[in-house]
Amino acid sequence: MDRALNPLLLGLTLVVLFLACLLGSTALPMERVLAALSGNGSVGDTLVVWQIRLPRALCGFAVGAALGASGAVLQGLLRNPLAEPGVLGVSACASLGAVIALYYGFAASWAYAMPLAAIVGALLATGLIAAATLYTQSVVTLILIGVGLSSFAGAAMSFMLNFAPSPFTLADMVNWMLGSVANRSFADLWLVAPFMMVGYLLVFRMRRGLSALTLGEEAAVGIGLNLTRLRLAVVLGAGLLAGAAVALAGAIGFVGIVAPHFVRPLVHHDPARTVLPAALLGGLLVLVADIVVRVLPSVTELKLGVVAALLGAPVFVWIAMRRRGSDG
Amino acid sequence: MAELLLNNASVAADGVPLVQEASLSITQGELVVLLGPNGAGKTSLLRLLLGLMPVDSGTATLDGVPVTDLSAAERALAVAYLPQLRPLAWPNRVRDIVALGRFAHGVMMGRPQAKDAALIEAALSACDLLGLADREANTLSGGELARVHCARAFVANTALLVADEPTAALDPRHQHQVLKLLRGYVAGGGGACVVLHDIALAARYADRLVWMQGGRIVAEGGVRESLTAERLRMVYGVQANVAADGDTVQVHVEGLTPV
Repeated sequence: MDRALNPLLLGLTLVVLFLACLLGSTALPMERVLAALSGNGSVGDTLVVWQIRLPRALCGFAVGAALGASGAVLQGLLRNPLAEPGVLGVSACASLGAVIALYYGFAASWAYAMPLAAIVGALLATGLIAAATLYTQSVVTLILIGVGLSSFAGAAMSFMLNFAPSPFTLADMVNWMLGSVANRSFADLWLVAPFMMVGYLLVFRMRRGLSALTLGEEAAVGIGLNLTRLRLAVVLGAGLLAGAAVALAGAIGFVGIVAPHFVRPLVHHDPARTVLPAALLGGLLVLVADIVVRVLPSVTELKLGVVAALLGAPVFVWIAMRRRGSDG
Repeated sequence: MAELLLNNASVAADGVPLVQEASLSITQGELVVLLGPNGAGKTSLLRLLLGLMPVDSGTATLDGVPVTDLSAAERALAVAYLPQLRPLAWPNRVRDIVALGRFAHGVMMGRPQAKDAALIEAALSACDLLGLADREANTLSGGELARVHCARAFVANTALLVADEPTAALDPRHQHQVLKLLRGYVAGGGGACVVLHDIALAARYADRLVWMQGGRIVAEGGVRESLTAERLRMVYGVQANVAADGDTVQVHVEGLTPV
């Protein structure tokens, strides 16, 4: 099963990406989408497919994949299936960074301001969590730190909403806090892509060390793991991935916990081999959720982040309740 | 010939001395058992030996090179280490956990190369684990899990092995099984340093006993020379009968030393 898993998820992703081009407020028939994709469609179809649906779908996939990978490596590092950028406060801190960039108008004057601000927020949070792991082995403590970080970031964001300089800034900030990939263009994707690439590079190069950590830190070092380097790579990699995802779409919660959870048994619970399928499944989940919010008949489009939390939070509670109590 | 050597090594944590002026050599072809009461500094001594904790004074070397100068991978190629057992984070398969023993050789869990796969099979077989190879480790008994960790240490094919209480929480049958496996490793040319709490077990399998108390090595030597009723009284504060019987030494601990 584990060898077929990645090709299977990749194939499914391609199918759903194609579906995302078909479906929408006005459904396009398959031959018109194919024509538009191959560059032979009408001007209108080409616009809808290349400027609206495809970039939006790819952004959704990129966001989910980054969150899935980020969750998988954080879980491997902290040796706990409940770790996730959202739960650990990383996403909230990234959102805070993005909102600060919006509030002070940096984002309007320099395109990279927002992704950089979101990534800095994410790195501060992952760094703090990783520093805390030097003093405590308890994931409960780490999650409580995450709760604190989330609350603080939430309060700081509310503060800025309170004093928003203009209704446009307010709308922009609310957008980031709810999470959405609506109206994203390829330009938005290319802006964050380098950060995601560096994040993937870091976590994929170091992922073998995550398998070693199943033995515990002392034994993992005993079999030859450079723990300091692994910690640094995971903190930087997970921070870059989660930060870039938030910069692109705002805070989308629970993808990072749900995706690794479902693929882990299929790769014999190997944290290293969980990373790639978790990324693919995370991307797929967000992609599907985004198609759902697009085709749902409603006056105002439902925000992706809202759907993700509505579906993801119960799964989080379910995973938490199924865990045996002693090892938290 | 690989040698781990502590020379006059001391270390303290927060001003409390953990190990003081300890000198010890671990070489191939010998099973050294480290004995001493709880808190005597046995685990700290092992961590100094392996460079997991730097010495405050004195030296800790592997073949003359300070162990803290070696990377984790370089050290792991020469010395296998079984720390006190902690629960596994994930319910991995037995085969995959054993494969981790070759981590320093670049093996990826679940995707070993042919040469590594053969070594993993051999280690599984040596530790009588072939029937359990595809089981998830959280379904194993304590004795079975102890054998899995032995297999993971053996598969590394290192010259030396350091184990911290590998028989903790095992029943007598499984304790003997683990010690037999360690004896087999030493017979095959390895050198082992093992912390044990069971003095009779140590007497039965050790080539050399090292006695620790209050962070110091207070005695060392062959089983016959160093295992005496007087030593047990001094080190552990227990009253015991020790009787040499041919090649073996019988130990019977009767109770606390009368005050």
